[in-house]
Formats: sequence, structure tokens, C-alpha cells
Amino acid sequence: MTARQNRMILIGLVVTGVTVSAFLALRAFEENLLFFFSPAQVAAGEAPTDRTFRLGGMVLEDSINREIGSLTLNFIVTDYTASIPVSYTGVLPDLFAENQGVVARGTLDNQGGFIAEEILAKHDENYMPPEVAEALALSEESQTP
Amino acid sequence: MIPEIGQFALILALGLALIQATIPLLGALWSREDLTAIARPAATGQFVFVMAAFIVLCHAFLNDDFSVLYVATNSNSALPTPYKIAAVWGAHEGSLLLWILILSAWTLAVTVGSRGLPHEFAARVLGVLGIVSVGMLLFTLLTSNPFERFFPAALEGNDLNPLLQDPGLVMHPPILYAGYVGLAVPFAFAVAALLTGKLSQDWARWTRPWTTASWMFLTVGIALGSWWAYYELGWGGWWFWDPVENASFMPWLAGTALIHSLAVTERRGIFKSWTLLLAIAAFSLSLLGTFLVRSGILVSVHAFASDPERGLFILLLLGAITGGSLTLYAFRARYLTVEGGFRLVSRESFLLMNNILLVVATAAVLFGTLYPLFLDALGMGKISVGPPYFNAVFLIPMLPLAVLVGMGMHTTWLRMSGEPLSKRLLFPAGIALTIGIIFPFILFGQASALTLVGVVTALWVIASSLLEPAKRLFQKNRSPMPLTRGQWGMYLAHMGVGVFILGATVTSSYTIETDSRAVPGDRWQVGEYELYFRDIRRIEGVNYEATEGEFEVWEGDQLVTILRPQKRVYRVQTSPMTEAAIDVGWGRDLFIALGDPLGDGAWSLRVQIKPLIRFIWLGALIMAFGGLLAIMDPRYRVKRTQEKDAISKQSLETA
Repeated sequence: MTARQNRMILIGLVVTGVTVSAFLALRAFEENLLFFFSPAQVAAGEAPTDRTFRLGGMVLEDSINREIGSLTLNFIVTDYTASIPVSYTGVLPDLFAENQGVVARGTLDNQGGFIAEEILAKHDENYMPPEVAEALALSEESQTP
Repeated sequence: MIPEIGQFALILALGLALIQATIPLLGALWSREDLTAIARPAATGQFVFVMAAFIVLCHAFLNDDFSVLYVATNSNSALPTPYKIAAVWGAHEGSLLLWILILSAWTLAVTVGSRGLPHEFAARVLGVLGIVSVGMLLFTLLTSNPFERFFPAALEGNDLNPLLQDPGLVMHPPILYAGYVGLAVPFAFAVAALLTGKLSQDWARWTRPWTTASWMFLTVGIALGSWWAYYELGWGGWWFWDPVENASFMPWLAGTALIHSLAVTERRGIFKSWTLLLAIAAFSLSLLGTFLVRSGILVSVHAFASDPERGLFILLLLGAITGGSLTLYAFRARYLTVEGGFRLVSRESFLLMNNILLVVATAAVLFGTLYPLFLDALGMGKISVGPPYFNAVFLIPMLPLAVLVGMGMHTTWLRMSGEPLSKRLLFPAGIALTIGIIFPFILFGQASALTLVGVVTALWVIASSLLEPAKRLFQKNRSPMPLTRGQWGMYLAHMGVGVFILGATVTSSYTIETDSRAVPGDRWQVGEYELYFRDIRRIEGVNYEATEGEFEVWEGDQLVTILRPQKRVYRVQTSPMTEAAIDVGWGRDLFIALGDPLGDGAWSLRVQIKPLIRFIWLGALIMAFGGLLAIMDPRYRVKRTQEKDAISKQSLETA
């Protein structure tokens, strides 16, 4: 093989490799995008019904309700415009509490409720996930004329 | 009075940094030795003043000086002393000061280590480091002064975030920063080479130990962070593809690529402009990491108390440093002549493939990390990219890379016929295939295709790394050439990669994880262990109160251990904290975390059995140790002393 052929083979390998990995990467990317929705957006039917997304807002006061004898827990996430019932089974993050911001990852069930697979932890008692803060601000704006 | 001394020291440091950033560069341009000679004393002085400022801040923390805003917000008189020191870099302002201290320490090391280098070149390197330093010092003094006063002084401090009150977190930031910031040194070498317009193979030999040293710190720093997340964030994962983790991982990937392309540049004098580009990229990714972590645009553990003004400043700094060096690169790179080619089966082409795969992985991680931020900034919706994306885009280039690593180590420079390579590697390949396929079934009863691929690849990397060292150890008379320290380092670091892959594969395939509900007195089975929930009680810590569960772990009729996980509430910041209890072992970790009270004395619990998880961090430590051996290779030192002799002889002659 001449040096030229060598180089062509190498370049060919590189181009194929990069194309294949770019293709696979984009597909993986497409499948794993998670959109964020506020309760108001979910109530307005903007959220997808067939794929996972993230729901964020405040945990409504007095809404946390445990099912006796299991790890399942029901609560309501609100942005004070709309409220969505959420159910979650498992161990909760440390800072989950009433009147605190929360972000849940999961899917809608067919009764308008949200089934969370994961409740995202916050790390500070004063900390508010930026998405939630923004959703709350938007909701407040829409309520004050 | 004392905090003001700290601030004054920082201002003096800025002054010296300004001198270091300008005069030596001008001196090199005009070939005036009186001007270039200023570089070393300026850098040394800068280190002294930054160190003074740092000590002043430590002093304020140790003496609970709550008239300093930063101390009042991040410390408390009841905080244990080691954590008062850790609190110095527990938040934005102090961690920035630590960044600068480490940069000036690296610069000081360069002033010592560069004595054998050509005078003008060393002056340029120090000048470039000075520019970086000016940027960061301005940033601190203008937007994030750690010595800002607070009137009237607070009576008590707001305490360090409880998550950070942990031995792992005392060490994690300094070591990680040493790696991050250390990449400024190869960057400065690269820019200095571009300024000179010449790049010799010697340049690569000078740059290599610095790159490897910072890579070593970065490796240990990332491993420490992962270890901390595993036991402290509470839920037993060891890598989350959190943007902040990615921020430290991208410079690591680019730095790894840089180490390998430097090897080619040193030995063969090719890949020159590519190496320079990687050096620029690696440090730019470090700065990007600083920006991501410190600007507050990320939802993360690290995003405390950050504000947009600071983000903008770092973004500008990033733009200036990256943009400036890339512009320089665009104008100068074509002057770097390249001589010599190489064959398809040669060490050069394996290292080329290594570089391509690492850069592809870096780009994929970068894309997944930045894309959501761009969309958000453009107001096009809030999205996040899930871990499956990162797993996929990372594994796709890394799997072939791991296979190639095993071969590449046994190739030689320039050319090589295919036959001896395949013959030599038959043995490790055979071992990897047989053990890798049989053992998962024997030990765990079942295995998926992906698991088998992972285990076989890991064993392949380990076996082929050990091939040469084993030959040296067991057949002393037959091997002609002893291994150099650089080679030992290479084999060891690659073996570390294999150990890491083994740990990561086995842990992710065979972890047993259960969330359950239990009351004291319950007995239940998890994997091969029986758990007995003996008791739960309240205990008092130094600065927290806790609920502590007590669990006996039995294997058959043998008591393995007693684990005591806690749920802590710190007195000042009243947020609850889960302290998992872990029984550590080479074969497996047993992990119990207390969830929440469910009423009627019942608790939710998370119990995990994680086989071989220690191998993940062990692998990283082995990699770092390999790096250490490589730095200690005498060829970096001997030649330097020779040059020094040559230079001193020359100067004697001219004198």
C-alpha cells in the first residue's frame, strides 16, 4: 500500500466513525430530551401524554397524603393557577416538604394526574429551582391584571 | 483591620500580575533580557501576596470574625475546626480565591521548573499565566470580594451548608482545582509557542510533565467528587451526568487527549497544531466549567449564591482568553512545519484514533450540557437531557477506544507489521474472553450481552496492560530492555482504566436496590443478606441532632456488621440530611439510607448491595498513580539539567 492509500483508508475510517457516532448521538439525544412544564401548562393540555417530562411547582399545603402500609405518597403540585395531583412510590429526597418547590420527573396518567418516577432533590432550605421560580412568577403575572 | 490587609494583599497581587502579564511579553518581543527577567520575581511576589490574602481569610474563619460577610454567611462558631477551613472554599468568593491561589502556586512551580528553558520562552509562558491571573484577580476584586465587611457584625454565622460538612468535601475542591487550574500551564506553553512561531519536539517534552501532573490532580479530584456524591448525596449513585460533573469531566477528556497527542509530538514531531489546539481547548473547557458552576445558570448542588453579573464577567473572560488564543492560533498555526508521515499500523495511528474518539466523546458531552442552556437563553423552552443520552454517547466512542488501548500499547512508532501484534495479543485476548464470559455466570448467575462486553473489555485492557510488566517480572533473562518509568506509568494508567471499566460494568449490572418499609423488629432478606431492624433512637451530634437507626446484617447465622444510618437536622440551617451507612468491602458495598417516617413507627428505607463499586475509584487512583510514575521519568529531568549546564556554560563563555 502506498502512503496515499493508507491516508485514504484512515480518512475513510474517521469519516465513517464520526458519521455513525453523530447519528447515534442525535438519536439518543432526541429520545432523552425532557421538557419542563408548569401545572398551568399541563392543565391547558400543553404537556405530552405519551412521554416523560418534568413537572415543577410548589407542594400545596396539607396535600401530602401517604397510603398506609406502602411507600406510595400522593400530593398536589401547584403554581397557584392550576394544581396537578402527583403520586410517587419510593424514598423521598431530604428537602421534600409542604410549601417547598419541587421538580418531578414522570408521565401523565389518563385521569389528568401525574405519576412521578423521580422527585428531584434540592439542596438548601432557601433554594428554589429556577424553573419553578419562573413558573411561579409567570403565574403571578397572569393573575394580577 | 486584618481582613483589610487581606484585601490590600489581593490588590498588590493584582499589581504584580499586571506587571507579569505585560513586561515579560514585551521583553520577549523586543529581545530585552532586562525586561524578561522581571517575570520570575513578579510571579513569586504574586504568590506571596495571594497566599497572604488566603491566610487572612483562613484566620477570619478560625476566629469566627462574623463582621466579614463571607464568614458570616458560611461559618458558625459551633462548626468543627476542619470544616471551618473547608468553609473557606465552601462558597463562591472563597473558592475563587482558592482558584487564584492554586494558579499562583502553579505559576511559582513554573518559575522553578522552567529554569532550564530558553529565557524568552519561559518569559512568554509566565506572561500568559500572568494574563490569566489578572483576569481572575479582577473578577474577585470587582464582583466577589471575600473580605467584604458587614455592619453591624453578625452575632452568629449562618453555618456551612450541611452537605459540605464532610471529610470528602474538605479535599475535593482543592484537588479538583489543582487539576482544573493546572491545565493553564500547558495552555500557557501552547500560547507561548504560538507567539514564538516555533514548536520543537523539545517543546512537547517540556509540556508533558505539566499536563500529566494537572491531569493527575483532575483524575483524583473527579474521583473524590464521585465518591462524595455516592455516600453523601444519599442515594448510592456514583455518577449523575449532572452539568457540574460534566463541567469537570470535559477538561479531563480533553486533557487525556492532550497527553496522548503530546506523546506523538514529542516522539515524532507531528500533530503539532492539533496538540496546540487541544491545549487551548482543555483550558477553555476548564474556564467553561468555572463559568457553568459559578454563574448560577445550572440547577445544581454547587449553584449556591451565584449571580448573573458574575456569570457575565466569567463569560467575557472565557471569550477573551479562548477567543484570543484561537485567533492567535488561526494566524500562527500554519507556520508550524510538519515533517514525516506514518503507517496505518503504528503507534501514531492508534494515538490518532484515541484522540478522535476522545474528542467525539467530549463534543457529545458538551452538546448535551450546553444545548439546554442555549434553548433556555433563547427562550425556546426548558428542557433537560437525561442520563441515558450521556450513557449512550459516552459508551459508543469509549468501547472501541478501550479495545484499541489494548492494542495501541504494544505497537511501535513509525511502522509495524500486523503479524507480531496479533500474535502477542492472542494471550491477553484469550484470557479476557474466557474469564470475562465464564465468571459473570459463575458469580452472578446471569449476564446480559452488554455486561459481557463490558467485563471482557475491562479484562482485555487489564491483561494487555499487564503483559509487558509481567514479562519483566517473571522471565527476567529473556527480556532485553527494562521498562522506563514512563512505560510503567503508561501500563499502570491503562490498567487503571480497565479496573474502572470492570467496576462500572459490574456495579451497574448487578446492583441490588430495594426501597422498603420497616418497623423496628422487622427481619427481611436482601440479596444474600438478612437484615434485622433492631432499634431507632435520637442522638446528639456536635452541631446537629439525628435520628439513628440500627440494623444488623446477617449472612446465614453469621453477623456481618451493624449499620447505623442517620437522618440529621443541623441546628442552624434546619434542613434534614440523610447520612447513609455503608459497609465497605472489595467485593461489594452494603448501603442503607433512612428515608422518612411513615407513621406508626415505620420508616422508608433504601437498601443497596453494590458489587465491585470500590473498583471505580480504585481504577481512578491507579490511573493517577500511573501519571505520577510517568512524570518521574528521568528523561524529563536529565535533559533539563543538561540544558541548564549548556546554558550556564554559554553564559560563562559570553561573560
